[in-house]
Amino acid sequence: MDMNQYLDIFIEESREHLQYMNEHLLSLEKNPNEKSLLNEIFRVAHTLKGMSGTMGFTRIANLTHEMENLLDALRNDKVAANSHIIDILFRCFDSLDEYLNNIIEMGQEGELDSTGLVGEINSILNGDIDLQQANDKEQDKETLKLDEYTIKAIKSGNENNLNAYQINVKISEECMLKSARAFIVFTTLEESCEILHSNPPAEDIEDEKFDLEFTLVVVSSDDKKEIRDKLLSISEIASVDIEEVEITSQSFDNNEKMKQETASIDVKPTEIIQGSKTATQDKKKNITKSSNKIGKTVRVDIDRLDNLMNLVSELIIIKTRLEDTGNTQKGDMNEAIEYLERITTSLHDAVMKVRMVPIERVFNRFPRMVRDLTKDLGKDIELVMSGEETEVDRTIIDEIGDPLIHLIRNSIDHGIESPEIREQLGKNKTGILDLKAYADGNNVVIELDDDGSGLNLEKIKKKAVERGLISEYELNEMSKEDAIDLLFKPGFSTAETVSDLSGRGVGLDVVKTKIESISGNVEVKTEQGIGTKFIIRLPLTLAIIQALLINIGEEIYAIPLSSISEISSIKNNEIRKIQNQEVVLFRNKTLPIIRLNSVLGIEDSEDDEERTIVIVRKGDKEAGLIIDNLIGQQEIVIKSLGKFLSDIPYLSGATILGNGKISLILDVNSLF
Amino acid sequence: MSSLNNENQDLKYVIFKLEEEYYGIDINNVMSIEKAQDFTRVPNSPNYIKGVINLRGEVIPVIDLRNRFRLNEKEIDTNSRIIIVFVSEIQVGLLVDSSSEVMTFTEDEIDSAPSIKENISENFIKSIGKKDNKLIVLLNLENVVGIDVSE
Repeated sequence: MDMNQYLDIFIEESREHLQYMNEHLLSLEKNPNEKSLLNEIFRVAHTLKGMSGTMGFTRIANLTHEMENLLDALRNDKVAANSHIIDILFRCFDSLDEYLNNIIEMGQEGELDSTGLVGEINSILNGDIDLQQANDKEQDKETLKLDEYTIKAIKSGNENNLNAYQINVKISEECMLKSARAFIVFTTLEESCEILHSNPPAEDIEDEKFDLEFTLVVVSSDDKKEIRDKLLSISEIASVDIEEVEITSQSFDNNEKMKQETASIDVKPTEIIQGSKTATQDKKKNITKSSNKIGKTVRVDIDRLDNLMNLVSELIIIKTRLEDTGNTQKGDMNEAIEYLERITTSLHDAVMKVRMVPIERVFNRFPRMVRDLTKDLGKDIELVMSGEETEVDRTIIDEIGDPLIHLIRNSIDHGIESPEIREQLGKNKTGILDLKAYADGNNVVIELDDDGSGLNLEKIKKKAVERGLISEYELNEMSKEDAIDLLFKPGFSTAETVSDLSGRGVGLDVVKTKIESISGNVEVKTEQGIGTKFIIRLPLTLAIIQALLINIGEEIYAIPLSSISEISSIKNNEIRKIQNQEVVLFRNKTLPIIRLNSVLGIEDSEDDEERTIVIVRKGDKEAGLIIDNLIGQQEIVIKSLGKFLSDIPYLSGATILGNGKISLILDVNSLF
Repeated sequence: MSSLNNENQDLKYVIFKLEEEYYGIDINNVMSIEKAQDFTRVPNSPNYIKGVINLRGEVIPVIDLRNRFRLNEKEIDTNSRIIIVFVSEIQVGLLVDSSSEVMTFTEDEIDSAPSIKENISENFIKSIGKKDNKLIVLLNLENVVGIDVSE
């Protein structure tokens, strides 16, 4: 059978499962005795085992199988969780991750050997054999928890001379379509019985979320033998065990603060039902509870979405065009256009939303990274994350991961001090790394805040002189902001020693370039001894933005609205020249003036007293752009200028106006 | 280019005119020929870039070939055409005086490029085609578009 068509699905799903496992392992490390976490990890390992087995990836299947054994032992208190065991689980996870990466790259699992790990797992398990056996015996008696409804139904059944049975059906191992078989069992039973309860629940059985057996509680007028014969006549059924259910005690425990009252029902112990089975069934209950949380999704190729996006873009362009023609005529036309506008806007929103993914996708790998780094470096750092649900465009998600990893490593390596030093400084021993994301208008802001030593500006300056980035003279003149900017210069790194983490000189400049390449910007705030904060501002999307259209001479340019802080006018004679830079005093601040016409090579047409300025910002900085005329705000579709014109300064792209003409989009960041 | 090696295949070129001279571009590179339309000037771009045009929703840069070949400027008129070419994964338009035909050359109708045109930088010329008593300059598009001679 050709498995290739399933490989993509396998990879995607395994990735998700591994991510899930990672999260839960991290929580487990904090709460080693939390059973629900163990159950979750067990479930993931089990799913992975099944998936990889089907795909023929035996190494993954074997390793997950061993993990299951270990997890099962933990869950049943046969072994106690300790940091050694959790480390082993993490190493298992790492191996699985590596296998998966190999599969992604080469289509094969690769040669990584995990027998060492398996050996360690086994030695843990074997050390506790005695305890294990003792446990097995204790669990002989089975109690099934049934809800009130079932109990009532059984009782009323008994009153009507109907017998209640607990039926345990085991499907033979060779069976290919377990759920289909189970379905036949259900339909057969429904002919003569009423099915009250099913473990695992019927939906899960339908989805094949069970091993080989399931338990049903039914009421029926038939006797045991009749039912058994009926069921055994179905092929591929290995065994059927039927027990009568008698309600012996109704232990409505008032002390329990559970919403749903439960009663336990004693089932006469049989030779087949063993203690271990109880465990399996309890396990299943937990599985079904948690699996309901996973939302229904469809995976769509990003190209298809891009295509859809392009079509929406075209629609928006034609809408703008209609608006232009509509202005000359009156009446129905305007109404129709307004309607069209509403539709295109919501369509645009809808398509955008499809492309949006929670930033969690990027964030979720950080807890593990921070854990490992802090362990390696002997530091004590807690990562606090918030706003993981903030959504950003898929294209941005793909780009933002590496820069963030870099910044986090930086904070851990250089920022936060070792626990001893922190204690000496009177700080809390545990360093806090605060990572948060939030939406801010048309931007998404990511902040990374550490309570470490802050940037040593003097050291940075000295280093910059050493590296020949600035001269001795410049050093003294330099403002705090300019000194921070040095960090982002290529070939700059403050680490004294070259460590594995950072200090290789490929540093923050890469971060900055990367972020600016997706039209974002980075800002740094630092206070010596208190901490450093990196603020990354990213556009919500890269395809369609709000922009201000302006005239310079005869030409029309677009300025992204997100970088505009305000529009004002100044008098020509207010412009002063300081150090070859034109400035004007604006709201008690000196505002640098940029004459767009000279930047863009257009003759200054106006000699008016009053000039319109558009005040744009980049991080903390602001500048006033002198323009000739304001046209208005408009939604524009960003088109690339293409490879051929990619190096042209001050332009970030082009857009097509309603009249079909092209207007260029100013790259405000490069004007500073 | 591979068509040059293939002896059995006729070589088709899109022919256009600049001043009084005829030029040819390998038809495999040509995507379409458009009437000249409004350009949007691109500030700070090399001066042979006439601007960008909107070609059915795509933004396409256009090279003014007169400027590129250092010929005198000429007003755009009804005969002016933009030849959209695709070369080295770049889509670009070439503004020419007029263009109306496709010519087929056989191997022996094409000579290697002699250095005869003084005002055209030599590496723009791939070879010379002879047909109907006309000499046609066959262009090396990569160099004309300026991928190697980037500014």
